[in-house]
Amino acid sequence: MDLIQISPAQNATGKKYWRSLNELSGTRGFTDWVENEFPGGSEILDPGSRRTMLKLMAASFGLAGLVACRRPEMKIIPVSKSAEDVIPGKPALYASAFVNRGVANGIQVEVHDGRPTKVEGNPMHPNSQGAASALAQASVLSVYDPDRARTVHEGATASNWAAFDKAAASLVEGFGAGGGLRILSERTSSPTLLSVKGELLKKYPEAKWAEYDSLDGGHAIAAAEMVFGQRLQPVYHFDKADVIVSLDDDFMGEDAASIEATKQFSKKRKVSKPGEPMNRLYLVESRFSITGAMADHRLRIKSGEVLQFASDLAVEVGAKTALKVLKPGDATQKWLTAVARDLKANAGKCLVTAGPMQSAQVHALAFLINQSLGNIGSTLTFSKAIFEPAQSIGELAKEMGAGTVKTLVILGGNPAYTAPVDLGFGELIAKVPASIYLGAEMDETAAVAKWHLPMAHAMEAWGDARSTDGSATVLQPQIAPLYDGRSAIEIAAQLLDGKAKKSFAVVQGYWKSVSSAADAERIWRKGVHDGVMPGSAYSEVKVAFNAKAIPEVAAASLAGTELVFLSSNLGDGRYANNAWLQEVPESMTKLTWDNVAHISPKMARELKVETGGLVKITLGSRSLEIPALVTPGQAEGSVALQLGYGRTKVGRVGEGVGVNVGLLRTSEGWAFAQGASLVATSGSRELAITQEHHSMREPDMPGRPGELRPVVREGSLEEYKKQPRFAPEVDHAEEMFDLQGGHDYSKGYQWGMAIDLNLCIGCNACLVACNAENNIPVVGRDQIRRGREMHWIRLDRYYTGTEEDPQAVMQPLNCQQCEAAPCENVCPVAATVHSPEGLNDMAYNRCVGTRYCANNCPYKVRRFNYIDWHKNITPVGEMVHNPDVTVRMRGVMEKCTYCVQRIQEKRIAAKADPAGRRLIRDGEILTACQQTCPADAITFGNINDPASAVAKAKAEPRDYTLLKEINTKPRTSFLARLRNPNPELKA
Amino acid sequence: MGLMSFFAPRVSKGVYGMMAEYDGPDTLIEACKAVRDAGYKKTDAFSPFPIHGMEEALGLPESNVGKIAILFSFTGATIALLMQWWTGAKGYPLVIGGKPLFAFEPSIPITFELTVLLSAFSSVILMLLLNGLPRFNHPVFGAKDFHKVGDDRFMLLIEKSDPKFDEASTRQLLEGTHAKSTQVVESN
Amino acid sequence: MAQMASTATLPVIDKPLAQEVNPSLVTGNLSYHEVTDQVCEIVEGKVHRNWYIGFAISFSIFMMMVSMLGYQLFTGVGVWGNNAPVAWAWDITNFVFWIGIGHAGTLISAVLFLFRQKWRTSINRAAEAMTLFAVACAAIYPVMHTGRPWRTYWLFPVPNLDLNMWQNFRSPLMWDVFAISTYGSVSAAFWYMGLLPDLATLRDRAAVTGDKTRALLYGVFSLGWRFSARHWTNYEKMYLLLAAISTPLVLSVHSIVSFDFATSVIPGWHTTIFPPYFVAGAVFSGFAMVQTLLLVTRWALGLENLITSKHLDNMNKIILATGMIVGYAYATEFFIAWYSANQYERFVFFNRAFGPYWWAYAIMVSCNVLSPQIFWVKSLRTNVAVTFVMSIFVNIGMWFERFVIIATSLHRDYMPSSWGYFKPTFVDICTFIGTFGFFMTMFLLFLRFIPCIALSEVKGAMAAQAHLPGHEPVKGTTPVHAGGHH
Repeated sequence: MDLIQISPAQNATGKKYWRSLNELSGTRGFTDWVENEFPGGSEILDPGSRRTMLKLMAASFGLAGLVACRRPEMKIIPVSKSAEDVIPGKPALYASAFVNRGVANGIQVEVHDGRPTKVEGNPMHPNSQGAASALAQASVLSVYDPDRARTVHEGATASNWAAFDKAAASLVEGFGAGGGLRILSERTSSPTLLSVKGELLKKYPEAKWAEYDSLDGGHAIAAAEMVFGQRLQPVYHFDKADVIVSLDDDFMGEDAASIEATKQFSKKRKVSKPGEPMNRLYLVESRFSITGAMADHRLRIKSGEVLQFASDLAVEVGAKTALKVLKPGDATQKWLTAVARDLKANAGKCLVTAGPMQSAQVHALAFLINQSLGNIGSTLTFSKAIFEPAQSIGELAKEMGAGTVKTLVILGGNPAYTAPVDLGFGELIAKVPASIYLGAEMDETAAVAKWHLPMAHAMEAWGDARSTDGSATVLQPQIAPLYDGRSAIEIAAQLLDGKAKKSFAVVQGYWKSVSSAADAERIWRKGVHDGVMPGSAYSEVKVAFNAKAIPEVAAASLAGTELVFLSSNLGDGRYANNAWLQEVPESMTKLTWDNVAHISPKMARELKVETGGLVKITLGSRSLEIPALVTPGQAEGSVALQLGYGRTKVGRVGEGVGVNVGLLRTSEGWAFAQGASLVATSGSRELAITQEHHSMREPDMPGRPGELRPVVREGSLEEYKKQPRFAPEVDHAEEMFDLQGGHDYSKGYQWGMAIDLNLCIGCNACLVACNAENNIPVVGRDQIRRGREMHWIRLDRYYTGTEEDPQAVMQPLNCQQCEAAPCENVCPVAATVHSPEGLNDMAYNRCVGTRYCANNCPYKVRRFNYIDWHKNITPVGEMVHNPDVTVRMRGVMEKCTYCVQRIQEKRIAAKADPAGRRLIRDGEILTACQQTCPADAITFGNINDPASAVAKAKAEPRDYTLLKEINTKPRTSFLARLRNPNPELKA
Repeated sequence: MGLMSFFAPRVSKGVYGMMAEYDGPDTLIEACKAVRDAGYKKTDAFSPFPIHGMEEALGLPESNVGKIAILFSFTGATIALLMQWWTGAKGYPLVIGGKPLFAFEPSIPITFELTVLLSAFSSVILMLLLNGLPRFNHPVFGAKDFHKVGDDRFMLLIEKSDPKFDEASTRQLLEGTHAKSTQVVESN
Repeated sequence: MAQMASTATLPVIDKPLAQEVNPSLVTGNLSYHEVTDQVCEIVEGKVHRNWYIGFAISFSIFMMMVSMLGYQLFTGVGVWGNNAPVAWAWDITNFVFWIGIGHAGTLISAVLFLFRQKWRTSINRAAEAMTLFAVACAAIYPVMHTGRPWRTYWLFPVPNLDLNMWQNFRSPLMWDVFAISTYGSVSAAFWYMGLLPDLATLRDRAAVTGDKTRALLYGVFSLGWRFSARHWTNYEKMYLLLAAISTPLVLSVHSIVSFDFATSVIPGWHTTIFPPYFVAGAVFSGFAMVQTLLLVTRWALGLENLITSKHLDNMNKIILATGMIVGYAYATEFFIAWYSANQYERFVFFNRAFGPYWWAYAIMVSCNVLSPQIFWVKSLRTNVAVTFVMSIFVNIGMWFERFVIIATSLHRDYMPSSWGYFKPTFVDICTFIGTFGFFMTMFLLFLRFIPCIALSEVKGAMAAQAHLPGHEPVKGTTPVHAGGHH
């Protein structure tokens, strides 16, 4: 296979870049931006300040010309077998990986004429299996972030790479044994980087390599070390477990490996016909996570109590004998016993997991329970840890404080913001004589480091990473660095001899070195092409369990309020400048553009505070003010705080959005802290929430108790067996008929969609995928407050049960593509009409914007361009747009089209098939939401073909359509939600 | 000329007719009847408001405005139906809400409105045409006190072109009908 | 302005007993000439300071509207508070409100004309003018509420040349386009035809006083009308036709406006009683607006002899009647919602009365249903002050009726997940206030340049009245009784 040829030489582009920067640095917009005199956050996206925004964005104009077509420097290998070369206008797919906190999610990147525009899961990757997370989907937007660092800085003054290379060379001279050299990296599983690390530590024996991840303490591996005596990676097999008990483990949400976990989980969750089995999930947690929403039984306790619970569960299942920590007759006792009995009944086919924020002790107990139930080897296996031991940030801080650190090299991660507040890491960095920070943004760490080097985006440089099972993926650059950045591998390698390196050489060099010279090239090519290096996966390690190593658990009394620190849509804050992620409604609370203190309704009543009211949280000597959000299902006495907000230096989008709760996060209270106190203060703030806490039950009115609306239909597995059609039977509306005969859709392709509510976990991946695929604009905080969000697919979250301890269900709601569409009848200019294939088409250029269609849509899925949302997009920002989809102007209506552009693409492919004209195959067309869904909840296809997956899904007895009684005949139908409750716990 | 005829100097162009003035609608009606009975055809009455029974008194035919306007109303209905049928079912057929390309039910409102529109405007235009309006100059404008008709004058005109017109006998007849005054109206 | 007309105001004489049977529509025993003077001097006499003050205020408010619309045109309809789910809010509320007001004019002119209600004569001119200006105010919204106002000509039956496609004539909005434009133009024609003789009168008076410009202007617009009996016959036929046509027209317009809602699938909109209910509401609000304006005009121009307590009495009776029809409709909606046993229907109506917008509903009911009940008392019906206050009340109530129907139905419909709330922005508010500025500006110009009372009709009415028992002949005319001279 031939390779794509290389375009312009580095320095050529470099020169261009500088020239353009000089040109633009004169413009008022740019200087303003540097002087930073603009309020950060979403405000810039609001109509009022769009003019200033335009000026600002003019700054990046210069780039437009040269980035229009920037093919990567080195040869990269396209996935598609047929493409000998790139055909202009036709996108190419390249296998790569999205690295989430050191764990690789295999992805494919869609590249239009040298512009990465869309991320898809890589079907060839053993773990992601074609799915991608919301973060991965959004990562493509960050490539074009105009606020990314554009140039090397020495202190506050702009410098350049040449200067740095000189400085680096002289520094390296002085390393000697490396006594004063410390390297702080993000947690990494990159084989290449780790090998470079090895060489570094060989060359500088006294140097130390530290790693820090602010959302995972690496406790799982530590626990393995505790009980097995060796660093092992627990590999969970949810697809083999009938009963799962999660100890504060949001394995389908915040976990770095959530994609594979979800894939596996949904395999056991899928029920295609009545009587089929389904797994059962128990969850113990403090805040209501999306995994909690999937749980069949959820126990609300403080995160601090999970340890006690774990220990008692171990006792109950007979894994150990010890005093019960929980007092007898405790409320959780009944629950505990039932769970234990269920586990024992499913010994070998069950799984107990612990969350990354839980201590090594909890993980060890979880291993112990699995061990005693004989799960190890079946649902839980161990293999070589993908992360290596490294100095902790705490120890590093000590050394820095002591002044023994002469040179500190920070490879990404923005520790000045993410490190525990008690370390005062920012000040410590300033103390170090020579501090070098490689970071993508002009962030908090860049402000204190001596050298700030622009970091290349993962799509701009070569790299590699492993998934939990060890299988490694090589990251291919999709575009030459827009802002002249370098990767961590390049900088680390540069420390060896002071000479600048090229990531391609280092990465390829490593992989060729580990495979036999004979077929090194073949393996490299295959690995890069498929997105998995052959034979890189680690094999299972047989383990010997040493239960003694687990320290006894004493009954701890948890005084005061508990604070729990969580990841957010913005990760640990690294995505704060990503507008898509800022605007993604948080799965459970539907909050955008802000973080809050999640408090239980009971606590809200006690504090006399309502959603949006400010509370002052005090923990020891530290305190801060933050708006409260009353969250049903939140554990009593526990407050959930989401990290990643309140960034002070990041860029126009993320600056000043939310509150930095990290200021309460100390080394010992790193995961969760006890003994905090809350008081309501006078102030309040209007939160941008896209969905209030409406349950499916109407509010009570004088003289009329609210009725339940059959929006999401739910039944137990038992019910389903007894009464398979429980969901459609809810519509007492008997067969409907059309006064005027209706329209015949029995011929040709008729597109339809089925969404399995039993599988949907509400992870937002589909929503962001839709953003990227359909060029959906970001509207900003103020406009969301006005109720004008533009997302074509809405993830409706409904609570059921009591306010204190509810269950939650998710329902993705996109355009239902009604055959008898109410929106079409009322459009005066026929801007929305029906296609022969049953699609509800929108002709944007015909729309005059009466909004009558939106009013008459019973599903409220139509979105209106109230103002020109695209006005503030830079030429660089425009590069992320999908050229196959129109960008809508001000004043027109828009909505989900079932990705009609993808339908057309496949139609052409089928007609122009080299093997001869043929019909479109089932499963050939994947809508953006369907393709990325890690739970495989969405099926799409031709409902006229009885053999198609969608036709089969619609034939299931659980299948129902929304609002049947108004006879809109939607093409999207839903498969009712199922739960598998433990009969013992049926209240 | 036209409007400005008020201010134009009067130059005699011969007699146009004989005008008599009355003090009120009742007397005018009586006079009209008398003149009609005397066999005069080319007559006309002038009053600040339409007087009940004037047609009968002057022996005027019934107005044709209605009869013709009805034709236009049918035209309106036809145009409306054809427009909706052709654009929807022939010119650019589109499936909208799964409904038939053309149906009568949804076509009723527009059909009705166009019917109304055409009949209304046709009757207005017909009225003007049949009255020969707009016409800005007319001999009667020259008559003494005629500009007070719009205020409170009631006048009766017998045109010279009427075969029975004879200045002396006609004046005599008019004076016999409680006319406040009589005058000769000159052509212009 | 009172002083302006004072020369013409005469003491109201005591009415003989017989008059109780046929109360006077024109009092003060005026002669035809006095009526002419009294009305024409408003137009011809010197303009009173108050008129200028009133005009200045109205015009500046009107200009405020213009600037608001300009801002919106360049920024987007997003400057209003509309959102999802409430995509229509004040825009369509105000549209329906003004259209509703526009109904009284034609109703008074046409319907009452057909029913030979002579008392209409002295108020129909002003009422018709009001109709035109109200329709003009209403027309602002369908255009400006769209996302791309510069494209609204696509709503007229012209092919879109870029896409060479046609309109969707099945959309109630298209019906609106036809209904409103027909209504507007026919009302204008009706009004102008009514004006024709009076313009001629003004022309002649100007000719006498030698005011060439006026003579020329009124001359042109009066089309050379010369009060000929032969013309009167065609004229009366035409006028009768217009009246006959306008009557179903005026009923159709608000019925069609109500179809915007009635043909939708939204609970609270999809209601079969809407057409009659909307028409009643329109008459209700229209008459109230006529009252408001007439009472001001009457006071300002001293027309007590032409706009008498008889007029107030009759109009208030209609307000009372239509008010109760509207109230009955409110009740029916609730009953049907309950009777339908449809949970969405039931919820939406309970939500109107007790939901987040309960206050709007409360205002609506108290203004439209409760307060008009005082009109059962005759003394209150003929009391100027009471009538004036009530007329304002009714219009407030009717505005809220439209708001309640539109906003409260939309803000909580089928999907609880997308329930929302609507708050107006300052642009919403200023634009609405601005429409009143426009309305008043037009009305003041009307008062200034056009006889606000239909002279020829009033005189006709006087002549007819003179024949009634208990009435002496019109001053200066000789009565001739049946079988008189022969």
